[in-house]
Amino acid sequence: MTAGTLDHAPAHPGPATGIWSWMTTVDHKRIGVLYGATAFFFFMLGGFEALLMRWQLGAPERSFLSPELYNQLFTMHGTTMIFLGVMPLSAMFFNYMIPLQIGARDVAFPRLNAFSYWVFLLGGLFMNFSFVLNAAPNAGWFGYANLTSKQFSPGLNVDFWVIGLQILGVASLAAAVNFFVTIINLRAQGMRLMRMPMFCWMSLITQMLLLLAFPVITVALVFLMADRAFGTSFYSPGGGGDPILWQHLFWIFGHPEVYILILPAFGIVSEILPVFSRKPLFGYAAMVFSGAFIAFLGFGVWSHHMFSTGMGPIADSVFSLTTMLIAVPTGVKIFNWLGTVWGGSIRSTTAMHFALGFVAMFVIGGLSGVMHSSPPADLQQTDTYFVVAHFHYVLFGGAILALLGGAYYWFPKMFGYLLDERIGKWHFWLTMLGMNLTFFPMHFLGLVGMPRRVYTYPAGLGFEAMNLVQTLGSFLLGSAFLVFIANIWKSWRERERRKAPADPWDGATLEWSIPSPPQEFNFPELPTVEHRDELWHRKRALGGPLPEPARVSGAGIHMPNPSYWPLVTALGAMVTLIGFMAGGVAVNLTGAAILFFGAFRWAFEPAG
Amino acid sequence: MSAADAHAETIYHDELPSAYTGLDTRKLAIWTFIGSECLFFASLISTYLVYKGKSLVGPLPHQESQCMLHGQLQQCGAIFEIPLVTFGTAVLLFSSFFVVLALNGAQTGNRKRLIGWLGATVLAGLFFIGMQVYEFYHFYHKGLGYTTNLFGSTFYTLTGFHGSHVTLGVIWLATVLVLAIRGKLPPRKAVNLELAALYWHFVDVVWIVIFPTVYLMR
Repeated sequence: MTAGTLDHAPAHPGPATGIWSWMTTVDHKRIGVLYGATAFFFFMLGGFEALLMRWQLGAPERSFLSPELYNQLFTMHGTTMIFLGVMPLSAMFFNYMIPLQIGARDVAFPRLNAFSYWVFLLGGLFMNFSFVLNAAPNAGWFGYANLTSKQFSPGLNVDFWVIGLQILGVASLAAAVNFFVTIINLRAQGMRLMRMPMFCWMSLITQMLLLLAFPVITVALVFLMADRAFGTSFYSPGGGGDPILWQHLFWIFGHPEVYILILPAFGIVSEILPVFSRKPLFGYAAMVFSGAFIAFLGFGVWSHHMFSTGMGPIADSVFSLTTMLIAVPTGVKIFNWLGTVWGGSIRSTTAMHFALGFVAMFVIGGLSGVMHSSPPADLQQTDTYFVVAHFHYVLFGGAILALLGGAYYWFPKMFGYLLDERIGKWHFWLTMLGMNLTFFPMHFLGLVGMPRRVYTYPAGLGFEAMNLVQTLGSFLLGSAFLVFIANIWKSWRERERRKAPADPWDGATLEWSIPSPPQEFNFPELPTVEHRDELWHRKRALGGPLPEPARVSGAGIHMPNPSYWPLVTALGAMVTLIGFMAGGVAVNLTGAAILFFGAFRWAFEPAG
Repeated sequence: MSAADAHAETIYHDELPSAYTGLDTRKLAIWTFIGSECLFFASLISTYLVYKGKSLVGPLPHQESQCMLHGQLQQCGAIFEIPLVTFGTAVLLFSSFFVVLALNGAQTGNRKRLIGWLGATVLAGLFFIGMQVYEFYHFYHKGLGYTTNLFGSTFYTLTGFHGSHVTLGVIWLATVLVLAIRGKLPPRKAVNLELAALYWHFVDVVWIVIFPTVYLMR
């Protein structure tokens, strides 16, 4: 519970350092770091899976991977990157930055926040545990019916996927409720909605998407679970069911999901570009409304993923038009970013490099996206590498570049020292070169007909040269991340010399008004806000930089107590769901017992 | 008053100014969750409607049909019997009224009203659950299993999820009732009941959609 200043000392049982302090933490900053570290680990795992696949495809008829393993790898690569990589990397910034940017001491429900993290961690470990049993999910990240039926996927593979996604869904929904309420209710005095930093705005819209999209996939997965565990016919034509129902439910979730992945990236870039152009964000209101409009339209375009199912001319036309319409607010955003940089006094930091790289790469991905919106063109492109090229330009060239930019931008705030800029530039250019070598040829490869999700190809179809280039590019891209890790390691060793002041970039938002890294309570006194870009106004009023804020004693500031009940409750939730896959009702009931026990202890412990 | 209570009291008073909108933060969270749940039930109800009339074998909701019963194909009667479920629906709807009275009791410090009407709400919820358990048992013996046909699968999934929501609501309200009986629900903490009541109203509203869509629509 966030609270203002009290006149008594905080009750703070529990250690301040050590592993137990991390397991019981409810501090949004620590949970943010946990999210970041865990997600980066899973992200590297997903990248490693991609490299294995690229090695397999580097030459025709290679037998490095079996077709069975290849199926598991492309499924887990997609699932990992989306649910265990990009989403929780965004969640890292939600956690760390939203309370700082709106001027709050923590999120609205600190223990619920810890619960989200533990559920996410357990779900990610659970899903990847499938590799140990040689039964990793293998029906694609979209899990199309009836490939996922017991008949065609008798093993545990699909069960791991279904239960894993259900567990991760719990984490996302709990976090979405938390951040939505945090942004609505915990803003500092004067922080009107239209004064919020753009990252908070895009985060708010993302939470709405999460809240409205995840229940649909939950239901879709419940049906699939019932089909597999009990023998119902929701997706089975043999019992009158329709496999296309899965596609509808999945994409009603799945298309908003892609905006869940990209809107936080939009927000991050909208923070970086103004600061390093020394200009306020161009068209603030237009940015807000175009983001909201993208999210709204995002619920009305799902069937453009399904043109090849033969929905008929009317449905095809409607979904084609709504899809094209999305290009309008997206274009508004692109031009506003350009307008922000235009005429600015630009500082070429690494973060700025990544943000500008994002704009360029995202435009390429956006253009191929508009190409898919035309059903006849889409029918030619569907299931080919053209589609793979498209979504890697928006997800890697879009989301990942922005997240890396955010990492360079906010790293000094989070850890108190600056990353090396020279190595950072190497990291950036290697990333750009690697990603374009990897993904650009996929456009052509797809148009000449190479299908996706196929473990090899014969020689003589004209696929060899482009595949080889892509494989080389992918290893270059992989090495770029080693450079990133080396940068963190080197900077950490030099951390005394690289100490970050509170405001290393001349930032415009509240997180730069407090020491780096922030103290546990964030703000000694809750701030009052009078302007958009509040910190710039304060600096202008003062005629120079603000005095370096002192680290103060937190005595008298009331902060929530640490708790291990979120971890217990998360464990209970996971065990309950695993019961649907193995062990049966006994496991369900055991899990439910742990869940209720944890939840009750949680409800009745003194929150702080 | 225990130390924990004294503690909670300071938090309660301290919390209010931090709410930017003036809305109680926990109430806002429940409203948010309810918004999300709407999509959950919308998906279940849509699926029920999409698969309406698509069952390959009986039994069917409103008409006689051929179905497998006791290992042989025979003529089966319609599944639904409207009077019982109508009564259950009425009880559930009245429980929403009861919980409003209980909340009024909590807010005004009228202990009798609080405990009496909250008890009535819990009983009404239990009655509804009992009605549903009886219904499931009865339908099963009329030949409608979970996997029998699409009607069975969609019906049991939809109403089963609603029933599990009602069960959770009853557990929640019963917990608050225990607090109230122990005297731990003073007027300034009435919001603890209001949170459960909000959820309870939502569960009722969902049933108002399910009842006509599933039971009455032919």
